[in-house]
Amino acid sequence: MNRRQFLMMMAATSSASLLLPSPRVWAASNSSEAAHTQKLLVVLLRGGVDGLNVVAPYGDNDYYALRPTIAVPRPGSEKGLLDLDGHFGLHPAMSPLMPFWHNKTLAFVHSAGSPDPSRSHFDAQDYMETGMPGAHNISTGWLNRLLTQLPSNHSPVQGVGLGVLMPRILSGAASVATVAPQTKLRKNAIDNPAILAAFNKIYNGRRDVLGKAYSEGVAAHKEVDIALQQGLQDEGDPMMKEQMVANRNAPSAAEFSNFGQQIAALFNNDPTVQVAFVDFGGWDTHINQGAGSGQLAQHLEPLARGLNDLVRGLGRLYENMQIVVMSEFGRTAKENGNGGTDHGHGNVMWLLGKNVEGGKVYGRWAGLSPAALHEGRDLPTSTDFRSVLAALLTDHLSLSSRSLSIVFPQFQPVPRPFVQA
Amino acid sequence: MRSRFHSVLTVLPVVASFIVSCAPSMAVEQTPIDNQDERIIHLLNRISFGPSPGDIRYVQKVGMQKFIDEQLNPQLYRDPIDSSNSNEFANLNGDSITLMHQFREFSKEIKQLKNEHRDQEAREESIAYFARTTDAYRKARLIRAINSPRQLEEVMTEFWYNHFNVFSNKVLDLPLVGPYEEQAIRPFALGKFKQLVQATCHHPAMLFYLDNWQNTAEGTPGAGGKNKGLNENYARELMELHTLGVDGGYKQEDVIQLAKILTGLGLTEPRPKLQLQIIDRYGATFDIARHDMSDKRFLGHVIKGSGEDEIEQAIDILCKHPATARHISYQLAQYFVADKPPAQLVARLTAVFTGTGGDIKEMMRTLLGSPEFWDAQYDQNKFKTPFRYVVSCYRVSGLEPQNYGFVSQTLKGQGQMIYGCLTPDGYKTIESAWLSPDALLRRIAFATQVGTGHLGGQQYDPPDYKSILATAGGVVAFRETAPKLAGEPEGLKSALLLGSPEFMRY
Repeated sequence: MNRRQFLMMMAATSSASLLLPSPRVWAASNSSEAAHTQKLLVVLLRGGVDGLNVVAPYGDNDYYALRPTIAVPRPGSEKGLLDLDGHFGLHPAMSPLMPFWHNKTLAFVHSAGSPDPSRSHFDAQDYMETGMPGAHNISTGWLNRLLTQLPSNHSPVQGVGLGVLMPRILSGAASVATVAPQTKLRKNAIDNPAILAAFNKIYNGRRDVLGKAYSEGVAAHKEVDIALQQGLQDEGDPMMKEQMVANRNAPSAAEFSNFGQQIAALFNNDPTVQVAFVDFGGWDTHINQGAGSGQLAQHLEPLARGLNDLVRGLGRLYENMQIVVMSEFGRTAKENGNGGTDHGHGNVMWLLGKNVEGGKVYGRWAGLSPAALHEGRDLPTSTDFRSVLAALLTDHLSLSSRSLSIVFPQFQPVPRPFVQA
Repeated sequence: MRSRFHSVLTVLPVVASFIVSCAPSMAVEQTPIDNQDERIIHLLNRISFGPSPGDIRYVQKVGMQKFIDEQLNPQLYRDPIDSSNSNEFANLNGDSITLMHQFREFSKEIKQLKNEHRDQEAREESIAYFARTTDAYRKARLIRAINSPRQLEEVMTEFWYNHFNVFSNKVLDLPLVGPYEEQAIRPFALGKFKQLVQATCHHPAMLFYLDNWQNTAEGTPGAGGKNKGLNENYARELMELHTLGVDGGYKQEDVIQLAKILTGLGLTEPRPKLQLQIIDRYGATFDIARHDMSDKRFLGHVIKGSGEDEIEQAIDILCKHPATARHISYQLAQYFVADKPPAQLVARLTAVFTGTGGDIKEMMRTLLGSPEFWDAQYDQNKFKTPFRYVVSCYRVSGLEPQNYGFVSQTLKGQGQMIYGCLTPDGYKTIESAWLSPDALLRRIAFATQVGTGHLGGQQYDPPDYKSILATAGGVVAFRETAPKLAGEPEGLKSALLLGSPEFMRY
């Protein structure tokens, strides 16, 4: 009996999993399976990515005036922008995303973000995660509330966070799994049946948060383990195998370099995975952020490459996928005294998928003149990030307006926020 | 086994005025923890990183009152780390300028070795360098947390480090995080709040981490290169995180004004040739040539443009501000009592902060004597952070790690690498930040390793479950799990106690 068969057997016999026999069986027998075929991935860039250098308005002369040392050069120059539409250009480090711009599955919404003026990372991230800008002490995240509104497939991995901690955006009543990016971190003592049985006795039957966390953890552990192992065995992708092997020994830095393959494997191999979340740090470029190359470029490049891996890894499943990349706020339009940018306001959201017509930069764009800028210094948030998300949830996940009002309470979304910039 | 607290250095003067009160307050309904043993367990859980062998008996013997007084006076106990008398920890209290210089030399050397494809040598050099710096710093933190009789000092050090967080993996901060904690945090952990603000504000580790070393007034004689203008980073966090709190009533204009006040406060960089005068003992400099000499209007006060002294005035304004008193009091009450701290306690601590000029020891006296602290509804209501969980496992088992690198890796895997919080808000200490299905399984895996004698490749006799039970305070500490142990394999009982729901909390 190999490890996987063993786990399947465990799933069918152990008392812990009586609640959740084999999730694939559940998925297959669920009458509303169609409702689960649509997938969503949210990527949060923590620290406030400099959207004006990600999708740069090279057609605005103010752009070069405001950023004498960090503006990305015009298209055609060395380390210059990749032209998008004659006015905006994509940062050259993001070239792995250009195929999707050309096949019209990549769109941007510029000058978007939270209406709350906070320039605090922590408040602004909270607001993006709770979906309730300005409201303090909200303990549930909008992705979790979304899960409560989607038809349940009774899978412990309908919602998945990639990382070792549970982020605010996924916190709440719906059960969500977190998946450590490193294979070795996914090994657990409970893989030994005697140890599992002993801890089951202590935790099963508890009705508190620890009992709930335990049973969800055990169920998700098996499910994720199977999905990712199967991914490696069945895909036979040598690059993926190599990366996984490398990860076993490597400490951290490269941990997420294969996030694209990992997330693709999760979605491909476990049809019950529906909503996923991943976050990346390192965007708080107060000093020395560079232009076409440099610090920001070094962060953008692996991200763009990982997203490219993801889309290619998804294969046909990309048809059913919507990917959103966002960040808590943008950065000052003018570069600061240290070749960097300080905390600002509006930013650019990235959309990958077939719901929104790609190959376009959307947004209410008023340029970078002092009068057009928020408080004379930052890009305004002329499109509320929730309007963009609401449109995706409605179109892509067929969410009712009633459900939408639970995901984003006290918010009136603009029906189609996609006006061309 | 004898408690580590037996090593008291001198006899403590009796402080008669302070009585551990459990009388219910008039205004709010409270049910004090009534069982004496549970009160001792509660106290040890909160003002230490959990009981270690003999601790409960020690507190039973000397009394909770005297124990609290001892813990509030850490100088009574020996510190297990003596950096002045140790080769391994020599850099812990090192001079920042030397350490930054060594780091640059080290980086150059590694680059050179790599260019010459001498990878093995580069690896060995790196290992040796980290052994002297971050590895040693993390080890010292762990030794103290696990072994120091000055437990409250260690608990407070962890609290303040998170409050004034610096991330180890930001270039020059790598060799500085240890000295930062040693010089700017631990000495004032039970001192005055203002001392902490002053020390962190002037420590190179913070000046580099939040970029103030480059903060420059535009158009000044010293402006140039990459240092041409203002950088708001530190100014904002100094108000948002360190003092006033995000709702403390400051405006964007105050951020700009404070950034101007802070211009020129930095390192011997960025103009090393100038030989800037070192203005404090840790290596901060003040470059008047990059300072904004205009008058500032900051939080309603006028600060005359005068140079370095403006910073002192600004710190004074921030530390005397009522929002700061409230913010710090809230955080202390949250850390020691409940994730959602009782408003009455916060109000009382705020009054003590204001009345004593931010005396942390006095705030702790009030907190530990408050009916809220002893209220049964807050007993066992806090969920341990990974750091506290791992340290408490070692303490309750009476084990000392043979390989501290393994402990550091464990904490990293649980999302709480020591000195590893990237963002300036530091690690959270509340349940919602740490409790997740996967995190719980990870703890259970660790508990199983400790409890079955298979920790990080090392082999040892697994801890006896009966002694764990006794150390933690007996069956009352494991009310639900202890009765379920009967019939479980002997070899798993320790693991089950350490991985039990009760031991996840404190």
